[in-house]
Amino acid sequence: MKSSRIFATAWEGLTLNKVRSFLTTLGVIIGVASVIIMLAISAGTEAAIASQINALGANLIIVSPMRGVPGASRTLLLEDAFALEVAVAGVDGVSAEQAPAAQTVKAAGVTLDAIDVIGTTADFPDVRDYAVGEGRYFTADENDRNAKVAVLGAGLALDLFGAESPIGQTVSIGSVKATVVGVMAAKGMVADVDYDGRIYLPINIVLDRLMPSTSLGGDRVRTIYVKAENQDRIDSVITQITAILAERHDVDPAKPDFSVQTQQDIIATQEATTAAFRDLLAWVAGVSLIVGGIGIMNIMLVSVTERTREIGLRQALGARPADVLLQFLIEAVILSLVGGLVGVALGVGGAYLLGEFGTMQTEIVPASIPLAFGAAAVVGIFFGYYPATRAAALDPIDALRRD
Amino acid sequence: MDHNLLIDVRGLLKVYGEAESEVRALDGLDAGVARGEFVAIMGPSGSGKSTLMNILGCLDRPTGGAYILDGRDVSGLSKNELAEVRNQKIGFVFQSFNLLPRLTALRNVTLPLLYNSAEELTDAEAEARARAALESVGLGQRLQHRPNQLSGGQQQRVAIARALVNRPPLLLADEPTGNLDSRASVEIMDLIHALHRQGVTIVMVTHEPDIAAHAERVICVKDGRVLATSAAGESPCLERALQGVELA
Ligand SMILES: Nc1ncnc2c1ncn2[C@@H]1O[C@H](COP(=O)(O)OP(=O)(O)O)[C@@H](O)[C@H]1O
Ligand SMILES: [Mg+2]
Repeated sequence: MKSSRIFATAWEGLTLNKVRSFLTTLGVIIGVASVIIMLAISAGTEAAIASQINALGANLIIVSPMRGVPGASRTLLLEDAFALEVAVAGVDGVSAEQAPAAQTVKAAGVTLDAIDVIGTTADFPDVRDYAVGEGRYFTADENDRNAKVAVLGAGLALDLFGAESPIGQTVSIGSVKATVVGVMAAKGMVADVDYDGRIYLPINIVLDRLMPSTSLGGDRVRTIYVKAENQDRIDSVITQITAILAERHDVDPAKPDFSVQTQQDIIATQEATTAAFRDLLAWVAGVSLIVGGIGIMNIMLVSVTERTREIGLRQALGARPADVLLQFLIEAVILSLVGGLVGVALGVGGAYLLGEFGTMQTEIVPASIPLAFGAAAVVGIFFGYYPATRAAALDPIDALRRD
Repeated sequence: MDHNLLIDVRGLLKVYGEAESEVRALDGLDAGVARGEFVAIMGPSGSGKSTLMNILGCLDRPTGGAYILDGRDVSGLSKNELAEVRNQKIGFVFQSFNLLPRLTALRNVTLPLLYNSAEELTDAEAEARARAALESVGLGQRLQHRPNQLSGGQQQRVAIARALVNRPPLLLADEPTGNLDSRASVEIMDLIHALHRQGVTIVMVTHEPDIAAHAERVICVKDGRVLATSAAGESPCLERALQGVELA
């Protein structure tokens, strides 16, 4: 029989029993749609994490105290940051950061409670790719002199001063009265931190006045950000930082009391967790495809049994075993391909709707569409073959006698 | 080998079951049917008529013996070769019509053309052939009807159109009027007569003497063997059946 005729015959077989055909494809539809949606969710999660981490600034190296190292009480000091600034080659800037407890901030009759305060060094805007919107950031000299100057986050400036320019105004941060010299450009939420709602002070003032207890143990800092000149310098900068800090802290560079990470490291760590999650989802989706395939096989076997007389009759009229085999195999493949198509549509639509109206970020992985579709086709051939061979092996007279 | 014979069977044996429960449905049956002949097969129930027809129709294989169809020994053919013989040489008409219930009359008649690899018809040619076949059995107005929208006689006519659409030389009919009332039976017999006049060789199983009386010759089967063969009107099967006596 001509292949176009076999196809038409198979199609006819399916359309004669539409409800059953639809129910048969349901398993494949669900399997394919879930492959696409699940891959879109995990890709979306990864992309969200990566974009948040990249938003910290480009070519950043992040130095932080190693947690849980015995005797590592001092760990990172402000002097470490200055030492790195002087000694490490290939660096655009170094910014140390420390955060005291949240403070009450007052200005011109407005009082705001629980405002996050961040003490930084003067390189902060450069290092963290965070532009100044109005006025200027404080200088290294101002930090050295313990000058009482402050820079406001864009949102905080609005809350405190409204439409008025805050530049030159006085704000009190806890016990510190400072003059506003600048307002940062709006940045928004990055990795759950509201950059716009914070106030930025010279780190020396923060350590001296807002965290007096820590000054007994030295000028401890939370994080030192080092900005490499470019991507290629990152490895060399990491090596230098490790060597210098190990010497200053008198520790074995192989067992440091500090950690040196790039954004890529952090992304990779996060991706390792999401990859495990993604693999799990892929397995679930794969299993549901197999279940869908078994559903097809089951229904095709039922169909072969129900249509035994039809098979016998077709054989009586001249159908060869191969014609019967192909008819049923193609029925199974059409079922799974149609299931695959509907599944792709539902999967793409579902992933889009989830991303648009749901709480998760989704990103449709283009490769998942041919993957899921191909898997559906393979499932159809694999699980359709056995019922088809059963049909083809029937003897015409036995098949005709069956009722 | 007699080249005048379209069907030539020798010592045909068909055994069902084994040992104790063995049934010899055909027990060394010899018969021949000439080209263009119209033969009726009669015999009591269980005498092996359907078994013989299924073997003649290449739907079943004999346990032993030879079957020469149109000069070719078909007893040793492969499944594919048998399929082709069924498609090209034989039209089979069943007592129970055996139409596919969900297909229209036209689609039912098109089925044998789908499996016709000798002619390679286009879809349009195939449809035209099926349409012509239905018109020739007087169903030109019922092309798009489903079997359940047709009377028994009409369904059997669709089945005959289907049997003939590939223009086989041989029409096999196993009790074609068995499920029909007398009026429909007459229509079907008229149709079979017309086919016979057109040169189709016809082998028909029947219980009914007045149906068998249409044939040129009656082969009388009992216990899987030919009991007698005679011209219509003289057959012992026929005579006894006419007298309402079962053959002892
Ligand atoms: N598939 C089968 N299995 C076992 N015995 C069968 C089968 N088909 C027919 N027979 C037996 O073979 C004999 C002939 O049957 P059949 O050819 O159907 O007779 P008829 O058509 O003349 O009534 C009967 O005894 C019947 O019981
Ligand atoms: Mg019978």
